[in-house]
Amino acid sequence: MQRTPSIQIRPILAALRRHKAGTILIALQIALTLAIVCNALFIIEQRITRMSRPTGLIESDLLTVQSNWVGVDADTTTPLARADLLALRQLPGVQDATLTNSYPIRGGAWTTDVRIDPNAKSGMATVTQYFTDDHALPSMGLKLLAGRNFRSDEIGSASRDSYTPPPVAIISAALNGKLYPDGSALGKQIYLGMKPSTVIGIVERLQGGETDTDSDTYADYTVLLPIQLTNYANSYLIRARPGQLANITRTVPQLLYKLNRMRLIPEKRGLRTFDAVRTQAYRRDRGMAILMSAICVILLAITAAGIVGLTSFWVGQRRKQIGVRRALGATRADILSYFLTENLLISVGGVLLGAVLAIALNLWLGQLFELARLSLSYVLVGVVVLLLLGQGAVLAPALRASRVSPVEATRSV
Amino acid sequence: MLTYYLDLALRSLKRSPGLTALMVLAIGFGVAASMTTYSVFRAVSGDPIPWKSSKLFVPQIDMWGPNGRDSDGEPPDAMDYLDATTMMRAHRAKLQSAMYQISPSVVPTEAGKHPINVSGHAVYSEFFPMLDVPFLYGNGWSAADDVQRAAVVAISSKLNEKLFGGANSVGKSINIEGKDYRVVGVLNNWNPQPRFFDVVNSGGFSTGVEDVFMPFERAIDVGIPNDGNTNCNAVPAESGFIGLQHSPCVWISYMAELDDAAAVATYRQYLDGYARDQQQAGRFAWPANNRLRDLPEWLDNQHVVPSDTKVSLLVALGLLVVCLVNTAGLLLAKFLRRSSEIGVRRALGAQRTAIYAQFLTEAGIIGLAGGVLGLLLTGVGVASVSWVLPKDIAALARLDFSLLALTLLVAIVATLLAGLYPTFRASRVQPAWQLKSN
Repeated sequence: MQRTPSIQIRPILAALRRHKAGTILIALQIALTLAIVCNALFIIEQRITRMSRPTGLIESDLLTVQSNWVGVDADTTTPLARADLLALRQLPGVQDATLTNSYPIRGGAWTTDVRIDPNAKSGMATVTQYFTDDHALPSMGLKLLAGRNFRSDEIGSASRDSYTPPPVAIISAALNGKLYPDGSALGKQIYLGMKPSTVIGIVERLQGGETDTDSDTYADYTVLLPIQLTNYANSYLIRARPGQLANITRTVPQLLYKLNRMRLIPEKRGLRTFDAVRTQAYRRDRGMAILMSAICVILLAITAAGIVGLTSFWVGQRRKQIGVRRALGATRADILSYFLTENLLISVGGVLLGAVLAIALNLWLGQLFELARLSLSYVLVGVVVLLLLGQGAVLAPALRASRVSPVEATRSV
Repeated sequence: MLTYYLDLALRSLKRSPGLTALMVLAIGFGVAASMTTYSVFRAVSGDPIPWKSSKLFVPQIDMWGPNGRDSDGEPPDAMDYLDATTMMRAHRAKLQSAMYQISPSVVPTEAGKHPINVSGHAVYSEFFPMLDVPFLYGNGWSAADDVQRAAVVAISSKLNEKLFGGANSVGKSINIEGKDYRVVGVLNNWNPQPRFFDVVNSGGFSTGVEDVFMPFERAIDVGIPNDGNTNCNAVPAESGFIGLQHSPCVWISYMAELDDAAAVATYRQYLDGYARDQQQAGRFAWPANNRLRDLPEWLDNQHVVPSDTKVSLLVALGLLVVCLVNTAGLLLAKFLRRSSEIGVRRALGAQRTAIYAQFLTEAGIIGLAGGVLGLLLTGVGVASVSWVLPKDIAALARLDFSLLALTLLVAIVATLLAGLYPTFRASRVQPAWQLKSN
């Protein structure tokens, strides 16, 4: 006669009451695991989101070279830099090259406040300023949404201490949206100091130079200015022809030293492909994500193993009772479902407590470290994962229990 | 007696090898995760100058007023040129120094060698005795050198190695930014972490070395620009480095040594008096809002310990707690399964304390085994920190005897704690009931 296994909760509860401490401990373990895993997953997701932010650049085939003039009068560096750029652009394997004071995710930037009303007391946003030239757009691989690039006759030069905002500027679409939420900033004026700059172009995206979390709120507010800074540790951004990056990484420093020895390319971070720039920029975030992942894996493994261990013990303890039940007509499926249900009851208790703990832990961490608010979907995902983990872990001992022969009932312990 | 308990424990552990392995693994991983993150935390939260940190103070002057304060009402964390030099002239602390970060180029005398970029600070002569800077050769310069703006320099042992092959270079000269400087001292591997004297610019930790120190006013005179952060509440009226010196922009760090509570109180009064004078002179349109923090408070205020490090440590400790709950559950099941054995022992006259001793020995053995595994895993963890964390921090995490001892201790104590309740339950087993049921 076929019958569906009926799930009887009352005998399970009665049995659990006899193992009160064990039940509470395993439920507590599930609850703590859930609370920690939810928060760790949340941290991982936040870091991955940060790491995958686009810079707006075409990052392949891009080389960065920082070159500082040494023992050269600051007033004479502009023609030297122009000569560098001309030679770089003619180097075999180079598609284009530009000079800039900084570049996205470099780890450091020159920021300032921007206003559209010169009389406003405080700025509307913090912006990263890139002091560069008319080759910046093609060299970086930026996408111009509206307006035009700088003309070569618009490129000026200034000392970092004495510059005044230039008459023209190109801004990022994100800054456009912040300053002029209702429309295009093209042709309108922005104030980076006392003098206005007219927006002549808008690029789709251009990230700032900083990578710490404090800069997240203004990461995409950027402005390109047609000024070559003297008296500043500028960098060359050099776009290689496809497949030529490795070659020019070797030839560019040779060329630069041949042009002029009175320069310094710092050993650290002086010569970097953009892939290296990205790796170094997000090292901290990647490290945190790896650490949190490792902790999650260890936690889930230990909790699963703990459930297997404890259930195996309980099965071993109850062989006689299982035998009696089997002798009285309980099917294998009945025994299996008994243990699965027992685990489900404990797990549900655990995850309910765990969900509360997860949110409490998040609030606490948020208070201490300004961690963002945990989204409830993480708690839901965590609940499902732990319930499945519990059922999966209990399956092997439960199957072993279901294979207990009815004959066991007749054996004494 | 102990050997007997050890024997009993080992037999019991051998009887269920899977479960034993599980408990040892849980303790091992839990302890190792905690200890690895702790090693990083310990490295970044250490006191860089423990014998003196409570006597070193960082003053802050509110020269920007309410509009320049952040949300906590804090004044700027650095000083402008006017306040810094005025306070240096007033000389109200036992020792003090204003300082700013520089990054000049050193031109080697040998032809054909590339110039090298060095980093360092422009400081006053009292910087060296105040911070107990160790010297390999020579010393810092004198107060007279400060006043005369002498062309003197103190260099790191690393730069000394590079330029002079490690020989005593005191009295020799080096070329910085095209001018000759006489070496007065060579520092002896001074690389404090965090860079407590200029946290604002170093961000706390640094993989680089401070290669040169030169007199503050000399650096100003020859126009060696500030390589650190400059924060302005308004665009400077004049351009250039001179304009920066005349502006209310903040870019100078300041540190003072105050040896006792009375000196601190007097200095506080001096700061408030200074702010009141500025208010009366019309420079400040607000009442005094100064700060004077000792070094530990200042490092805390500047969040020198990265929050990532603290979060990691907390999460890893959470992992350890889960491992202990896990172990407690398994020990409980294991111990109670032996109720009949306990019953027999009790009936034969064993005291409750004997039961305690027996089961805590068993827990202790698991803790010891977990601790040994934890040692190995902590070693792996600390070694792999360097490819997971940023270099400036990872380089500081070290495996040393105290960390190893702590790992073992935490493992054993934690496991004993986890074993307490199961042991308590085991000791409560009623012998009569156990004997009867069999």
